[in-house]
Amino acid sequence: MSTSDSPQESVALGGGADVSTSLAQEQQMKSDSMDLPIFAVRDLSVKYGEFRAVRDVTLDISEHEITAFIGPSGCGKTTVLRCLNRMNDFIDSAKVEGRIDYHGVDLYHEDVNPNEVRRRIGMVFQKPNPFPKSIFDNVAYGPRLTGGMSKADLNDLVEKSLRRAALWDEVKDRLKASALGLSGGQQQRLCIARCIAVEPDVILMDEPCSALDPIATARIEDLMQEIKKDYTIIIVTHNMQQAARVSDRTAFFTTEMNTESDRRTGVLVEYDTTNKMFSVPSDERTEAYVTGRFG
Amino acid sequence: MPIVTDSQRSATRTQVRQAITQQNRHLPSIALSVTLLIAVTFTLLTLFSLLARIVTQAIPAFSERGVSFLSGTIGSEPDKVGIWPGLFGSFSIGIGVLLIAVPLGIGAAIYLEEYAEQNRLNRFVVVNIRNLAGVPAVIYGVLGLIIFVGWLKPVTNGGTVVAAALTLAILVLPVVIITSMEAIRAVPMGLRDAGYGVGASRWEVTRDHVVPYAMPGILTGTVLALARALGEAAPLIMIGAITGLLPETSLSGKFTAIPMLIYSWSGRPDSSGGNIGWSNAAAGAGLVLLALVLVFNIIGIFLRNHFEAKRVGT
Repeated sequence: MSTSDSPQESVALGGGADVSTSLAQEQQMKSDSMDLPIFAVRDLSVKYGEFRAVRDVTLDISEHEITAFIGPSGCGKTTVLRCLNRMNDFIDSAKVEGRIDYHGVDLYHEDVNPNEVRRRIGMVFQKPNPFPKSIFDNVAYGPRLTGGMSKADLNDLVEKSLRRAALWDEVKDRLKASALGLSGGQQQRLCIARCIAVEPDVILMDEPCSALDPIATARIEDLMQEIKKDYTIIIVTHNMQQAARVSDRTAFFTTEMNTESDRRTGVLVEYDTTNKMFSVPSDERTEAYVTGRFG
Repeated sequence: MPIVTDSQRSATRTQVRQAITQQNRHLPSIALSVTLLIAVTFTLLTLFSLLARIVTQAIPAFSERGVSFLSGTIGSEPDKVGIWPGLFGSFSIGIGVLLIAVPLGIGAAIYLEEYAEQNRLNRFVVVNIRNLAGVPAVIYGVLGLIIFVGWLKPVTNGGTVVAAALTLAILVLPVVIITSMEAIRAVPMGLRDAGYGVGASRWEVTRDHVVPYAMPGILTGTVLALARALGEAAPLIMIGAITGLLPETSLSGKFTAIPMLIYSWSGRPDSSGGNIGWSNAAAGAGLVLLALVLVFNIIGIFLRNHFEAKRVGT
């Protein structure tokens, strides 16, 4: 798996250049059709070793919308989310089957640079995970990786990102202080600011509010509405009310008993506009879940 | 109509008060605390009597000879010897071990924890590194004699400080690798996720987050390893450290080290005349070795505190 980290290596192995041309052409052709979804997931299955965590997921995700993944524990919603920016690369036993197109490019093609993918598809995690650095350095970390930025530009970018994450007023006087001194809610907004600072295209959120109190949760939800005009947001949540409040579209996952083994595999049950999912779901399992009769 | 009467209530209260204020006299717990106390006392007593013995024995060497005990050279009369060649040897070996074992050990640990796939081969390698940490020092001496004194003679010039540093570096390498691996494993997954989440490569995440976070643990292992390397005599005997006359100290010639001097001097009989016997000289050398280890430890602790402060982001 370490080889997938270095795009140079696959080029050096020979034949890489040809493939990348054809990949670019393919992308060009596809993006000519205007209604291309930002993500097109086709028959996605993920295995951890012998265990199939989720199977046959097919869905399209539209730009500048908030899509929520809901479902009971173990239904594979986080697994699917982590496939979208190749975070599963770091789990040795994880094996991804099927296809995910991002702007028409196959994300798991060997010419794709996963680091660049993760720069464009940022991620906010369940537990706030600021770096043990100053508030400023947390936000500046991503931009500094790409480099070539003047100090003044970097200061501006950090301020802009913190403002967008609705954190600036609370931290502007202590940018040099440790990020670990912030409250849980502030830390999570800092993580969102850190994500925004690399100017991504998509933000993946994996239960971003599960460790926060209701007031901090409300702030994050407001923030999501605020930034959705610039970003495409996909959020995994355990909280159905949250999905109903914030999302435009909802995908409901559940678990199914396997016939060959007694382990459960996640499946996508239904995917539609949030309104429809919460008022007139077409699958009875969705209805049972959203009305609280199951899960 | 109250169901519980006042008298019943007060009786319950008295009972509860008595129960929770009763002295805790659980015999097995008392026996255990006494046993543990004895164990600690025994350990401390051993340590202090050892120190007291070394210090009292060493006093004549320092009071009579002063600085010349440190700067003088090895000889055949206990009241004229100095430990300079040993000090030079041990210090050079210490630096050499740091320069060789630390980068190699941290590098191996990073590879095994961050890069290598967690498969059967990797587990086999790790188990064997753990086993290597338990191999007796004298075996490493044989290895050093064959490889660094023999095969690599063009590089090491035979039984020199360089060969000794290489041998002892290999000796402590497993310890450095294992402690570094444990420190790296203790780095929270969330920290790596955070780095990858903004597009950092594996190397950038390792360099910027994993290693700095693991540094205090890595340094602890390094200090322990260095203390062990400085104290070993057996491998040095194997690769030919000398105990006799050593006219000059160099990196490319014959060498000795403090443990060698202690070993050699302790075996010699104290002569009747003179204020300083061989036992005093050996104790003096022992005290200097302890001080040398202490100096390296203090440097290690300062570095560790520095990195620990960084961990909270200040």
